[in-house]
Amino acid sequence: MKTITKEKEFAEIEKRIKDARNIYIIGCGTCATLCKTGGKGEVLKMKEKLQNLGKKVTGWMVVPTACDILTKEAVEAEAETIKAADLILVMTCGFGVQRVADHAGKLVVPALDTLFIGKEDEVQTEFSQVCAQCGECVLGLTAGICPITSCHKGLINGPCGGTNRGKCEVDKEKDCAWTLIYNRLKELNRLDLMEECQSPKNYQKVLKPGKASFKQ
Amino acid sequence: MKTPFKEILASDRFIVTAEIGPPKSTDLHEMTEHIDLLKDRVDGLNVTDNQSSVMRYPSLGTCIIIKERGGEPILQMTCRDRNRMALESDLLFAYSRGIRNVLVLTGDAVAVGDHKEAKAVFDLDSVQFIKMIRSMEAGRDLGGNELKGEFSFCVGAIVTPEADPIEPQLLKFKKKLAAGAEFIQTQAIYDLDKFKRFMDIARGFKYQAKILAGIVLLTSAGMAKYMNENVPGVMVPQGFIDELKSAQKDDRLKKGIEIASRLIRTIREGKLCDGVHIMAIGKEDVVPKILEESGL
Ligand code: SF4
Ligand code: SF4
Repeated sequence: MKTITKEKEFAEIEKRIKDARNIYIIGCGTCATLCKTGGKGEVLKMKEKLQNLGKKVTGWMVVPTACDILTKEAVEAEAETIKAADLILVMTCGFGVQRVADHAGKLVVPALDTLFIGKEDEVQTEFSQVCAQCGECVLGLTAGICPITSCHKGLINGPCGGTNRGKCEVDKEKDCAWTLIYNRLKELNRLDLMEECQSPKNYQKVLKPGKASFKQ
Repeated sequence: MKTPFKEILASDRFIVTAEIGPPKSTDLHEMTEHIDLLKDRVDGLNVTDNQSSVMRYPSLGTCIIIKERGGEPILQMTCRDRNRMALESDLLFAYSRGIRNVLVLTGDAVAVGDHKEAKAVFDLDSVQFIKMIRSMEAGRDLGGNELKGEFSFCVGAIVTPEADPIEPQLLKFKKKLAAGAEFIQTQAIYDLDKFKRFMDIARGFKYQAKILAGIVLLTSAGMAKYMNENVPGVMVPQGFIDELKSAQKDDRLKKGIEIASRLIRTIREGKLCDGVHIMAIGKEDVVPKILEESGL
């Protein structure tokens, strides 16, 4: 499981760093490295781009796992060079950006968009969402295929009328989740699960926004 | 006063409904003309709800206009743009204005429409939506709170008889019937042999509803081909495409009317289902002609 990120359009980053002359860059050695969005190579490329804009890069580092509490120590160890910067450009997922912001005492600018928690294919070029943390898991009814993430409309009572030759109405390349669920349930001889009428989802269980914490 | 659609459904007669598509405008001239032209010729007038995810004049507002002009509106409501609270309060408003029929749909994906950056809602799906209406009729909203005053709707749903694959679609269809759908308007059908097979299956279900076959007016071979390629679950047979092609340019609409009328007559005479729902998509003015040629 990885946090999947995508590089922002450079124009957006440029706008956010417009007034800064000195910039510190932080990447992440885990998910962002895997996604090729915030590993060493990308950080160095970014450094060059910023320099081409006439910015001074006061320093950079790729922390092992940006979301981890150890990032605090890494940031403290670099305190001097970070202090010399006007802002930190963070090439990690949103969690990493927040971690850095909590401990660096500097304005942060994310260089990436955080898309979803997902899985990678064997060659690590395609990423797909597997769970949207909906707080009310229905995989027991769908033979293990998640309709919240793999059905474009997140339907839980069966397909919409948009299924076209087993593909989804929004994308001719993408399988319709409910065709997949139907086929797997049929194989398992458990179509009765699909006949059950599912009540509306309880969005109170989605712990967001504004109350995304939970005590065991 | 128009006969309430619910009473028509309870009768044995062949039911005919037609569709009104509101404009992206506050100029309602042409739409109002279409309403006046059709309101006394059909048993109910459906009004589409931001159809194809394209923002337009609202279904609810149009239904009120139909009501004011003496027609029998069928309010189409999708789950795409409103959460359960908004759907519920719109239903209260609709009821208070004399609207008594609602057709429940999932709704097209936002991505196919003209506001691609909008947030899609889909808080409920069509099955849950039907159940919600039934619960409101029993005096409880979806939050479990008491609901005061009268509230009752004749509830319809849709099905795509030529969906591919059909089995998952049939399962969902069964759930809509079990949830309490009283009438069904189908996606466009053209191949009546296939439709007959679909009806045989539907007639075997535990829960029954009146089924109206969807008739979409074809206006050219190009349109038919476009639908075959782009509209899920719609398949215009080559024979119809050839017929449209062979017609002179000025006669193509006439040909389309002829094809629609032929379909309607065969459905009616063969008692294939309980009625038809005519969707003329922008050519509402020729619906009376279709009705005439169908012998209705
Ligand atoms: S149903 Fe919800 S919790 Fe279960 S996999 Fe899907 S998104 Fe995650
Ligand atoms: S076509 Fe299938 S996957 Fe796509 S929105 Fe409809 S049910 Fe979901």
